[in-house]
Formats: sequence, structure tokens, C-alpha cells
Amino acid sequence: MNGVHDMGGMHGMGAIAPETNEPVFHEPWEGRVFALNRALAALGKWNIDTGRHARERIPPADYLRMSYYEKWLAAIEMLLAETGVASRAELEGGRVAPGSAKATPPLTAGQVPAVVGDRGRFERPVNAPPRFAIGQSVRAKKINPTGHTRLPRYARGMFGIVERIHGAHVFPDSNAHFRGESPRHLYSVRFAARELWGAEAAPRDSVYIDLWESYLDPA
Amino acid sequence: MDHDHQELPSDPALRVMALESLLVEKGLVDPAALDALIDTYEHKIGPRNGARVVARAWADPEYKKRLLADATSAIAELGFEGGQGGHMVVVENTPDCHNLVVCTLCSCYPWPVLGLPPVWYKSAPYRSRAVIDPRSVLQEFGLGVAEEVEIRVWDSTSEMRYLVLPARPAGTEHMSEEELAALVSRDAMIGTAKVTLSGGA
Repeated sequence: MNGVHDMGGMHGMGAIAPETNEPVFHEPWEGRVFALNRALAALGKWNIDTGRHARERIPPADYLRMSYYEKWLAAIEMLLAETGVASRAELEGGRVAPGSAKATPPLTAGQVPAVVGDRGRFERPVNAPPRFAIGQSVRAKKINPTGHTRLPRYARGMFGIVERIHGAHVFPDSNAHFRGESPRHLYSVRFAARELWGAEAAPRDSVYIDLWESYLDPA
Repeated sequence: MDHDHQELPSDPALRVMALESLLVEKGLVDPAALDALIDTYEHKIGPRNGARVVARAWADPEYKKRLLADATSAIAELGFEGGQGGHMVVVENTPDCHNLVVCTLCSCYPWPVLGLPPVWYKSAPYRSRAVIDPRSVLQEFGLGVAEEVEIRVWDSTSEMRYLVLPARPAGTEHMSEEELAALVSRDAMIGTAKVTLSGGA
């Protein structure tokens, strides 16, 4: 979706403000949100792409106003309600609805090291060989899907060169919507800065973007 | 796919407390697991891990070869693997080329080697500017990159995670791996700093 989350190349966002000796969490509640997100993900009711897409669906003005973990909190509430794990009434009232199921075993502290250490592999076997070879010219498709995609707007329609083949990976555009993993080949594509941004960009600079095969046409 | 957005209590701390207690009551969350997750990312996983990878690559040319060829396995050799690090790529800074990592679409970042990202990495200014104007971004970090040096920006749009292998500073030939690791900052492994003899943070 053409959301405000797709920020590459936007102007007017201001100066970068690095903080010295920044704590991992600025407030205890940020840590709770981070941990809730991981503990709930372990229930297996949604996947990483669904989670990203939930954050993208936060209304643009809210997205820009909210802090990072406020966005995570909003997305957790959306996912709980949308998957029926908790009802909107429960989320709003803070009370368990009478008769609601309590059957799911939660993630335990003992399981945390295994969850943290799980590499979360996203590569999958596929039968078809990669359509594109290293060094080949490609063009990112001009698409504007209303659902989840990882093809940033700034790259659409642009010409690039395949630099690496990462193997076949889970396809977020499908997985985010519970339509299956639909794995396909993933490439690192090099785009010259001047191709992306025009003649004022530095002549030798470039941006490397990981793009799935179906985002690309031969060029 | 739009959903009504509820009027939210203004204090996120209260809202999170209410949400956690609801989920505990529903049997979906164990508070001890939350404590363990927070402790892990506050105290056990952070940029010191990545610094050890960098120091090993500087000290051991064979390790560096493996790291650049198959970063996921080479990093796992040092015991660092886990969520948000299942598919690693290491990119090397050289006198001709400077690398910078960003995630324009969200906040993808190699947790097992760098920990959780700082606020600026997840912020709109960095995400919007790193791809279109990396040189002004680097200037803001106090890092001037000569015109003839190529800048490669890596936009983390997939589950591949990128770590910059910074250049080893001159005058460190006598140093042990441990001393080298102490010089390597988090920002040097994102690409917004260089490694200097004055050390890392």
C-alpha cells in the first residue's frame, strides 16, 4: 500500500537526532510492548508480515505522531481483534468476556531462550530456477497494490542490475494477508543513485534493494 | 481493510498495563516470559556481539573470507544467531566504498549482532533521507565521505539483514581481538561512523 511508512526519498522529515548513551527502552512500558509483541507472535496466530502490515495500516497522521512502541502497541491491538484472539470489547473494557476461551498455553520464561535464538528462516525450496542472473538488467515493476508490499515506491519503474541471488524466500505480499508463503526468488538489485533521483545525485552512489522475482521485469 | 481506530487513552503506560493484565487473565501471556524477553534484549544481546564479529574479521583473514561469503554461518560460529538475524549479509568498507544500512519501510535491523535499533534508525528523518541523500545524513553524523568514494546504501526490504564491516584503523596492528572489539561502535556497523582509535560506544 502507498502508505506513509514507505518513506524512502521523502523530504521535510527534519534532522536526525541521535541520542548519546541511549537506553534500550526509554520507559518500562516500551519494554512490555516489545515483549508482548514477541510473546504473542509465539502463539502463531499471525506472522511477521501481518505484523508489519498492521503497523502500515495505522492512519498516516497517527503513524507520524506516534512513537515507535506506540505504533507497536496499536498494531498488537489491531491484530488481537482481527484474529479474534481478544475481542474489541475486551480490549476496550480491559476485562475478559464471560465464557471466552482461555485455552492457549502462553509462552513461558523457560521457552524464551529458544524463541530468541530461533533464526526464523525465511528461505524455502522451490522448483523453478531463478529467472534472472547476476549482472542482468532488470526493471522494477510499476505497481500500486493496496495490500502489503516490500517494493518501495521510490524504486518502481526504475532500472537496476542484479547483484546477488539470495535464494527463494517467503513472499510478504501474500504472507501478510494469510494467503500462503508463496516463496519466490529474492534478488539484491543495485540501482544507481542517478537512476533513482536524477542528475543531481552523486555519480557513483547507489542503493541496493532486496526485491522478489515477481517485482521485476527483464530490461 | 480499514478499521475504526479507537480513541486511545493518552498514557501508553496505563494502556499497556491494562492490555497485559487482560492477556494474562486470558491465559495468553505469562509475565515471567515478558520479563525474560526484556532482560535478554537489555542485557544479553547488543552491539558488543557485532563488535566481536568485526574484531575477529580484522584479526583472522580466513574468518573474514567466510564472513563475506556466508555471513549467517560465520556469525553463528561465534554463537550469535537468532530472530532478525537468520539471513545475514556483511558488506565491507574499503578506501573506495562506504556502506550504509537503512530500512525505509519499517525498522529491519540485525538484532543478534546489534541488539534493538536506536530511535534515530527507526525515525522518519533517517528512513526518508538515507536513500536519497546519504552524504548529508553522514555529514550529520560528523562523517565526511570524499566525493570519489562510492556510497552504497542497503535498504533492508526483505528478511536479509545487513552488517557493515568497517575499515580497521591504522595503528592497531599490535592490538588483541578484545582490544579491537572495544574500538568498534554500533554506528560503525550501521555505516554512520568510522572506527577510530578513540573507541566505540
